Order: sequence, then structure tokens, then C-alpha cells
Amino acid sequence: MSGLFAFHGGLKTARHKTESNRQPIQPSALPKRLVVPLRQHIGAIAKPLVQAGDRVLKGQIIGQPDGYISAAVHAPSSGTVAAVDQRPVPHPSGLPDWCVTIETDGEERWIEREPVAYRTLHSSETRNVLRNAGVVGLGGAAFPSAVKLNLGGRRERLDTLILNGAECEPWITCDDRLMRERAAGIVAGLRIMAHLLDPREVLIGIEDDKPEAIAALTAACAGTGYAVRPVPTRYPSGSVKQLVKLLTGKETPVDGLPVDVGVQCFNVATAHAVHRAIDCGEPVISRIVTVTGRVRRPQNIEALLGTPFADLVAQSGGYRDGVERLIMGGPMMGFALCDDRVPITKAANCILAAGAEELSPERPAMPCIRCGACADVCPADLLPQQLYWHSRAKEFDKAQDYHLFSCIECGCCSYVCPSQIPLVQFYRYAKNEIWAQEKEKQKAELARQRHQARLERLEREKQERDAKLRQKAPARAEVSAEKPSLEAAVARAKATSPAVVEAGAPATSGD
Amino acid sequence: MRFRTVTSPHVLADTSVGRVMRRVLYAMVPGALALVWFFGWGVAVNLALATAIALAAEAALLLARGKPVSAHLSDCSAVVSAWLLAVALPPLAPWWLTAIGAVSAIAVAKHLYGGLGYNPFNPAMIGYVVLLVSFPREMSAWPLPHGLGQPHAMTLLETLRAIFGGELPARFAADALTGATPLDVLRTQLGLGLNGAEIRNSPVFGIVAGSGWEWATLGFLAGGLWLLYTRTAAWQIPAGMLGALAVVATVFYLVNPQRYAPPWFHLWSGAAIFGAFFIATDPVTASTTPRGRWVYGAGIGILVYIIRGFGGYPDGVAFAVLLMNIAAPTIDLYTPPRVFGARRQ
Ligand code: SF4
Ligand code: SF4
Repeated sequence: MSGLFAFHGGLKTARHKTESNRQPIQPSALPKRLVVPLRQHIGAIAKPLVQAGDRVLKGQIIGQPDGYISAAVHAPSSGTVAAVDQRPVPHPSGLPDWCVTIETDGEERWIEREPVAYRTLHSSETRNVLRNAGVVGLGGAAFPSAVKLNLGGRRERLDTLILNGAECEPWITCDDRLMRERAAGIVAGLRIMAHLLDPREVLIGIEDDKPEAIAALTAACAGTGYAVRPVPTRYPSGSVKQLVKLLTGKETPVDGLPVDVGVQCFNVATAHAVHRAIDCGEPVISRIVTVTGRVRRPQNIEALLGTPFADLVAQSGGYRDGVERLIMGGPMMGFALCDDRVPITKAANCILAAGAEELSPERPAMPCIRCGACADVCPADLLPQQLYWHSRAKEFDKAQDYHLFSCIECGCCSYVCPSQIPLVQFYRYAKNEIWAQEKEKQKAELARQRHQARLERLEREKQERDAKLRQKAPARAEVSAEKPSLEAAVARAKATSPAVVEAGAPATSGD
Repeated sequence: MRFRTVTSPHVLADTSVGRVMRRVLYAMVPGALALVWFFGWGVAVNLALATAIALAAEAALLLARGKPVSAHLSDCSAVVSAWLLAVALPPLAPWWLTAIGAVSAIAVAKHLYGGLGYNPFNPAMIGYVVLLVSFPREMSAWPLPHGLGQPHAMTLLETLRAIFGGELPARFAADALTGATPLDVLRTQLGLGLNGAEIRNSPVFGIVAGSGWEWATLGFLAGGLWLLYTRTAAWQIPAGMLGALAVVATVFYLVNPQRYAPPWFHLWSGAAIFGAFFIATDPVTASTTPRGRWVYGAGIGILVYIIRGFGGYPDGVAFAVLLMNIAAPTIDLYTPPRVFGARRQ
């Protein structure tokens, strides 16, 4: 393991990879109806470009990126738009979101697809192609890739471009299969990324429990100068900051991004999507999803976005008995869905149907015994116990002093806690509360500024009026001279105190 | 199909407070067996008695506080406190002494402060100190090692009679039973002006420290190392405590070897080893940050030496631990780890 830099903490967990990684990737059956969410990425929701009744082609853009941090959405198959409305989506909030529903016609008629000669384009044009092709991080975060492919003057050159094939979460094998079967496409995408970022070195990190993937990528990288680096199998080696540390020894600053230390990191599936978008002219309309756990035939399926989870489960032979929880993502960081009729999105890397065998028995939480096991495994070097005490006591500023926002919610601390305290749940709660408070504060501040501006304007107008009056009637000027200043004082006093009271009104009315 | 929603992580390690506490109990077995062998059935009776009373007190207080009784009883934390207390008591201590100690530990030191996880002081050490301060005579009645293997050994029945009835078998003169511990001897005889080497030739001492105690200490060391190996206890605490004790003892020994006992004597006698691995490592009352544990352990080590050498009690582990319990929250406050990505100082 030459040239590796261990990160603190982490876990060895049961892997459960072989259930699903033995079969080749299967294409998904074409569903009758696709429900395509317009927000499948981090950032602003895409603007719908179609309405009910429109005919769409496979790969046709149906949602336009709205602003810099946003991504396009495309029709995964040809057919007719049935509705543009709010529907249930796989999101922890459980709230419905805007979706385009397409009745497929079974013809799979594509749009015109043309390769992009990226070497002759300006890099901003290439990034625009990727933005309009809806390329986002396919490792689960779904951050628009075009943004990350722009150094934006932050530095001249990137030191290291990292491709993340660690796939450290138990049960998930979609990247494993992709690397085994489509290594050439991944490397082609990597070449495009390297062209845009001009890094000094290109490294591919893969956990050493995937020898076939390591071999496939090593072969595909021959002659490119890109290096495949097996990393020890230790959760969460696939977390970006931990992988960057493992491969380069660099620590991403607390409030920063890897690019601040000259590193940029993408998932292997994202590289493959870049290759498809540039070299084949195909936008992101599908992704590989691991369907595993208590289904009859665990496997990886290349699913069209918008396919209901239930369809993929049916394609995998249906549920076995005893499914209690349906998890999108892995058991460490994935979230439990309440319904399997929600659509696959770009962030959905795994469907884990879990029962008693796959889950841990639920036991009541005991008091914290301050054993420190949580701190021993925390890859962010935090004191999870202190974070817990302060989050629980709603002492949010103290929680922030203990770097609450450095917590990556990896779940290691909850995993080892002998008292079974749902630690991560407390951190999520605290973070949400803090965000909500920040928002309130911003609104109040805005309202206060508006109020102040209004008072100042009124005062200015009044003074102007008075000045005019004085000009007109200089004889009476002495009498009223005191008045404006008195009123101004009252206005000043008002401006400072009742602002809070008034803040409520504009706060509810919009923003 | 609809499903339950629960937040991640969805899998947990197979662990529990009960498992952690039971490991501590297993680790105490070799040392406890050695104590029984060398000091007789009394040790075993004390262990059983303290366990029963501690569990009863725990159950009563859980009931009174409206807490789930079986969930907390099965976490075994009361049994750990009971055992820690019991091995520190004289083997023939009257039953009420053990009872008062166990009740003080569980009812006062643990539950009055909010129960498991909330007690600032090590419950067993509170129990021990209450006894030491209130009943100094009973607490210093240690028998000369008359172990099970020896001709004069008391039978179990005789032991029970002694503990519950206060009668010693006729063949024992009271003072033949009441021996001093090696540290007592070291203290009193230093006071008499004998030098360290002469004192250590007196019969309570074995090869390094006291006979009998040596073997028990060996047992506790083995159990303690197993606790570190299984990561049940934080290794920094015993390392800090024994390290600091050794350093301080070495300094004094080098300055005046006639007057001060050598470091190996300090490490191996009294409750140093037992305290380092089993008492100081009680997670609830110790420091919890990695650097803080070093400081906490070292503080105990230094205090033990000071109390042994200059204080009013022959062995200072209990007082040293309680004093550092007070300091633990402050130590934690000033020793947070460097967060991933924070600038290095
Ligand atoms: S692992 Fe659990 S019991 Fe131990 S210190 Fe952390 S929160 Fe407390
Ligand atoms: S969830 Fe947060 S606090 Fe817990 S181990 Fe992971 S990073 Fe540390």
C-alpha cells in the first residue's frame, strides 16, 4: 500500500457484496409510465419545457437548468407527456415535488445524437454540453458536475483528479459492476475530465475487495498515465474527504472543498456519464441501480430514470418474506422509503429491501456511558458524544463549536455506540434547526433593513417637504424648526426597536 | 407497498452496555480468584454479598425513579460497582460494612446524581471512601494471607460466621488475623525510622511487593490487558497513570533510595494495577478525549504517589480517582482532538 495515508476511525462491517455483484448489469424493462422528477440534483429545480399532451423523444430535454447550480432533465424514453405536477419522490422529507409524467410509446425513438469534439471546443462550451446533458454526480450526492469541472480561477491547475470507485457502503455493487463491464467508457470520460481540469496526476481509488474492478480499470488505463490505487476496505473510504486524504494525504479544510487543496473527485459512474454525453451525445436518462437484500434475484439493473422502485423489485423476482424496510442507498447512510412507488432518480444507487436478517434489532437507547467508542471511529475526528449532549440540549452554538457541520453523517458513531443512541439523528435535527434559525435570521434582517429604508425615506421626504415649506414661508421657519428633529428622533427610536415585531409580516409574505 | 421509515444507520454493531460491563466482570475473574486463594472465602462472600445488595439497591431506586428495571439491571453496571468495591474490602469485613458501602455506591453516588451515565464520581470509590472515613478500624482489619491452600485456612462456614456473626474460630487470636497491608507497613515503619530496604524484608512482603497481593495483581494485570486488547477500556488511562506513577517514584527513588521505595514497588503494590485498569477506566467518570485520558491518567498516578508518600492514608487510589473525577469535565473541555481539516497548531 505504498503512498496511502490512513484516515482516523472508520469501521469494518459485513460487506454483503456478493449477493448482487455476480450477475452482469441487466437492462430494465420499459415501464408504461415514467415519472421524472425535475429536481434530481443539488441546486435549483429544472424549469419544465413540456406540458401535458406534448410528444417527447428519448433523450429530449424536458427540464432546463435554472441558474448556475442546476442540471437539465431529459425524457428517458419516447412517448407522450401525461402530466406536469407534484408527485411523491424519493426524498427524506417525504414531500412531493414537481415531476413530468410520460406515457411511453414503446418505440424508444431517440433524438439526434451527435458526438462532441471537445478537444476543439472551449472548456466552457464543453461544460455547457454537460450541463445540458444533465450530468450530475452519480455516487449519490447528485451535485452538477459542470460546476465541479470549472476551476473558475480558484487555481491555475489541479494537482490531482481522483476517480472514486471505492464503493465502501455494504450491499451496493453498482459501481463494481460498472467498472468491471465498462472500464473503457469510464476511462474515456476520465480523459474528458482531465482535459477540462488539466491535473498533474490522475488517481482511481478502489477498495481492495473488488479485484475484478481493479484489474479491469488497470487494463483500461494502460498507456494513459492514470494510476489505479487499491485502498483498504474500511468504511467510509468512499467519502470524498476521506478518499482524498487516503490517496493524497491532504486534508480538506473544515469549511472548504477538496478543490481548495488542489484536488477534485468524481464518482466512476459520473465519468461514464461524461463519456456518454460527449462521445455519444446521450444525456443522462438512466443509471445503474443495485437491487438487493430480500428480493429473489439480487442484481444490478440499468434503470431508466423515472422507473418506479417497485418495477425494479418486480424485475428482480419480487420481495422475499419479511421485508420491513425499503432503503434507498446503503444501510449506513441510506434513507428508508415509506413507499416503493416512487421513481428512480440520478441519486438512487441502491434499493435495499431489508428484513430482520439485514437490520439490527431495535433496542431502546440507554444513557450515554461516555465510553468514547464513538470518537474512536469518527472519520471526521469529532467528539460525537459532546455533539450529542449539546444537540439534545438544543445548545446549538455549542454543537457548532464542536464542529457539528464537519459531521458527514457517516453513521460510524451510531454503529458502535453500546447504548444504541441514534446519534446521527440528533445531528440531523440540530443541523436542520440551525438552518431554519439562519433562514429566520436572514428574513428578519431583510425585514429590518426594509423597515429602516422606509423610515429613512419617509424622513427624507418629510425634510424635503419642510425645506420647501420653509422656502415658501420663511417667516414661520423659527416656529417649526424644532419639529422635524424631534420627529426624526422618534423615527430613529422606532427603527431600532419595533423592527422585530414588524419582521413577521414580510417574512410570511414571500422571500 | 408501504414501509416503516427510520433514519440511518440501519445496521448497528452487536454491542450493548451490558456486554461492555460483562467484559469488565470477566476481566476481574483471574485477580478475584487469586484473592480468594490467598485471602480465603471471605473475598468470595464479599463479592456475592455486595452484588446482591447493589442489585437490590439498584432495583429499588429504578422503581422509585420510574425507570425500566429489567433493562437497567441487565446492563450489569451495578454488579461492576459491587465487585470493584468488594475486592477493596477486608476479606472478613462484617456484613453491614459491605452493605453500607454498596448502598452508598449505588443509591448515593449513582442514582442521586441521575443514574447510569450521569454520576460524576466513581460509585465504587465513593462507597469505599465512605467506609474508609467512617469505619477506619474495620477497614484496616486485613488478615495475614491465610489462603485456602494453607493449614490454618478458615472453612466457608467459619467465614460466614465471622462475617455475619462476628465470631472468629477459637484457634485464631484476633491479632493473628489482622495483618497490615504492605503499604501500611511501609508507612508505619518508615515513621519508625527504619529504611526502605529493611522494611521490605518484613514478612508481609513477597518478592516485589506483598505476598498474595502479588498474584492478585498479576491476575488483574492479565485481565486489564485483555480489556485494552478488546478495546473495552481506553488504553491511554492506565498508560498515563502507571507511567506518571513510575516517573515520579523513580525521581524520588533516585534522589533518596534509602527513604523512598523503588518504582516497581509502587507499581506493583496496593491498588495501583487494579486501579489503573479497572477503576480509573470507568468511562462514565473518566475523561473521554484521547489527549484528556492521558492527562486524567497521569493526574491519578501523581496523586497516588503524593497520597501514599505524604498523605494520611496508606493507599491513595480511591482519593486520587475521585479528585480526578472532579477534573475530568474540565480536562475534556481543553483537550478536544484536532478536527479533520482544521489547521494544525
Ligand atoms: S459511543 Fe455512545 S455511549 Fe459511548 S460515548 Fe459515544 S454516545 Fe456515549
Ligand atoms: S456521523 Fe458524524 S459524528 Fe458520527 S462518526 Fe460520522 S462524522 Fe463522526
